[in-house]
Amino acid sequence: MAVLVNDFGTLPIDADLIAAQDGNLISIEGGCVCCSFGDDLVGAILELKQKDPSIEHFLIEASGVALPKPIAQTLTVVAGVQVNAIVTLADAENILGYAKDRYVSDTVCDQVVSADIVLLTKTDLVSLDQVIAIEKWVKEVAPSASVLATANGDVAPEVILGTSGHDPADFQGVAEVRQHQTLHYGTANFESEGVANVNALAASLAKSDYALLRVKGFVKGADGKRFLLNMVGRRTHIEPAPAWIDGGSRVVCIGLAPKFDKLAVRNLIGEHFHQ
Amino acid sequence: MFTIYEARKIITMNENRATATHVAVKDGRILGVGPLAELAQWGEHKVDRTFSDKVLMPGLVEGHSHITEGSQWRFVYAGFSDRMDPHGVVWPGCKNKKQVLERLRSEEAKLTDPAKPLTAWAFDSIFFKNENITRKDLDAISSTRPIGLLHISGHVVYVNSKALELAGMLRTGIDHPGIELDSEGLPVGEIKGLDVAVPLNVHIGLNRAEMVASESGLRDFGKLCVRQGVTTAGDFANPLPQPAVDMMVRVTSEEQFPARIVTLRIARDITPEAIVQRVKELIPLSTEKLRFGKIKIVTDGAITSYSARIKWPGYYNGEKNGLWYMAPERLQEFFERSLESGIQVHCHTNGDEATDLALEMFEKALRKHPVAGHRFTLHHCQLASTAQFKRMKDLGLCVNLFSNHVHYWGDQHYAITIGPERAERMNATASALAAGVPMAIHSDAPVTPIAPLFTAWVAVNRVTESGRVLGEAQRISVDQALYAITLGAAYTFGMDHEVGSIETGKRADFAVLEDDPTTVDPMKLKDVRIWGTVLGGTVFPAASL
Repeated sequence: MAVLVNDFGTLPIDADLIAAQDGNLISIEGGCVCCSFGDDLVGAILELKQKDPSIEHFLIEASGVALPKPIAQTLTVVAGVQVNAIVTLADAENILGYAKDRYVSDTVCDQVVSADIVLLTKTDLVSLDQVIAIEKWVKEVAPSASVLATANGDVAPEVILGTSGHDPADFQGVAEVRQHQTLHYGTANFESEGVANVNALAASLAKSDYALLRVKGFVKGADGKRFLLNMVGRRTHIEPAPAWIDGGSRVVCIGLAPKFDKLAVRNLIGEHFHQ
Repeated sequence: MFTIYEARKIITMNENRATATHVAVKDGRILGVGPLAELAQWGEHKVDRTFSDKVLMPGLVEGHSHITEGSQWRFVYAGFSDRMDPHGVVWPGCKNKKQVLERLRSEEAKLTDPAKPLTAWAFDSIFFKNENITRKDLDAISSTRPIGLLHISGHVVYVNSKALELAGMLRTGIDHPGIELDSEGLPVGEIKGLDVAVPLNVHIGLNRAEMVASESGLRDFGKLCVRQGVTTAGDFANPLPQPAVDMMVRVTSEEQFPARIVTLRIARDITPEAIVQRVKELIPLSTEKLRFGKIKIVTDGAITSYSARIKWPGYYNGEKNGLWYMAPERLQEFFERSLESGIQVHCHTNGDEATDLALEMFEKALRKHPVAGHRFTLHHCQLASTAQFKRMKDLGLCVNLFSNHVHYWGDQHYAITIGPERAERMNATASALAAGVPMAIHSDAPVTPIAPLFTAWVAVNRVTESGRVLGEAQRISVDQALYAITLGAAYTFGMDHEVGSIETGKRADFAVLEDDPTTVDPMKLKDVRIWGTVLGGTVFPAASL
């Protein structure tokens, strides 16, 4: 994984973990790199793409006043990369103030509206009423955003990054691992030997109201063709499945309690499948 | 032994002796200016009559430019207006699409290496109504050689199919508002946005990092300065990596390097703490002709590309507000740390909302570090109002206005971007002076050509490309304009004690003119002929470059 930041200033990397530093690139133990890209994100990514072993995942920390959609659009000019998710971090202490700030309110609203997932951070530093007020504001501004209230930076990495492999089973472990911490995730696992129209299924899931955060699956269509389905927040991405995938369809969803309803989600998916 | 230069007239910009006929120069400095008999009293001398029929004035000070104006000229000029290159050749403007393509075609024919890209610059589609340049137009010139045609803003490029192919961009699946697609879903050839052009740059001969650090570019910049009477010029957006620093120190130290360069470290990809540290390291490397010690900050974009942050009622044609290039808290931190360390900041604010932000953050920073004489300067300030100028005055800020925009894009601002009323008061030189803000005016070369007398002409006459007078109330006098391009700019650099006027003790920096800018018809100010310059006593005739 490569983490791209504007500058290394506020980066809290434990000095012990730094394997090497060369100009704008810090190599971290375990194979990750951290790169400061200044104002040349595309150039940094093009360079990083040449690294061996290859980078599977780029996590880009855009500046506090950056607009996410233009960045996502810019990335479409880089062959071989695609945008997985836009995650906007909203500081619970300050976000409502920023939303009214005479300089940055339009910028901040744009960042929230563009998000697949809005992560409310530092909720431990404000009252529950405040968190509710913020969630209400986010829903007004960005009705289709998935909102996650977190404290102490505690959030399952799989929710933010998804997983890079093709196996939906990667999600399975998340719900079990995280139950003892502040956020309660639920997962729903659906398998079928039947067939479904992947586009219709994706549309249903995107429209649903079960606090879905991520969806991953293989779906076999009536003509025998298989597709990979990925959803983050309400953004879906469908592509032909690699040739070596066979067998039936399988879809795994991860969502947030209490809205997440395992049974209802399985039924919703099931309605799309037939023999 | 020293030299006394005789001139037809010397315009000193010195209130004690406004004009003279002789100036004495010793060890690169002005020993005195006045009548020959007075100066002769200083001792053994020779009288030099090279300038006997010329007019001398203080070497002009370009308060905002980039040394990349020099390296830009390695590319083919395809701009709308006539423009002089470092070698003195005036390239005729290309007035329509046909002429642009003809220029490219004739220059392409001169290239002998089949793999070498053809790169052109300064194109401005705004003059071409609906005639855009497509990759198919450029393919007709060459389909085997990559071609890139840069827009004058530097933010848009037109490329041919070969260039797109080499960059991996001649394919479907690109989804960016700045890249128009044809009916097959392939890019048409116009690429808007610095970031999306990145994959193309190396293939079309554009290496921005190299251009900023180019030795031949710096030398060519020096030549342009001589041709325009400039002896001190800013270099306003340099990341200043050490190899570039070493090169600049070496090249400017040569006796034949004809300009003083004030180079600013741009605040990009670096924290406030780190940039202060870096600038402190650079200060001891300063020489007579190369000055470190200042920081450049950019808060927003440009009006012509709708990326400037402007206040209500926003853009005239309904475009949504522009882009912040820096978060407010970070801007405040840059100001605070710079004030605390005594490092001067020059801050780009194009739209009036950005100007407000800079004023507000600066005020907060000044409250924490109430430093007198900081001379922090706000640049462009194209929409700054009288109220904002008064706040600048309150806070001890200087302003450097982008007068050239009134001429080059005034008609577009009037009709499209900001509307008639605000266009008339844009780059409000008269209001700035009335509010008592120390003021300079600039070219931002290469965005517009480096030529301070032309910039002064714009400030005095406010005539656009179409001949409209845009904002009579903002015209200033010739004297005020000449002051702005000498002492006014020198003051913003903190160099007014050593350059900007001709008086004892200051450096022997002169602009040598054939005509007298104070007696010509003000509408002819831009046509004053420039013979060359004198820098620290060394004579640089433009004809010998």
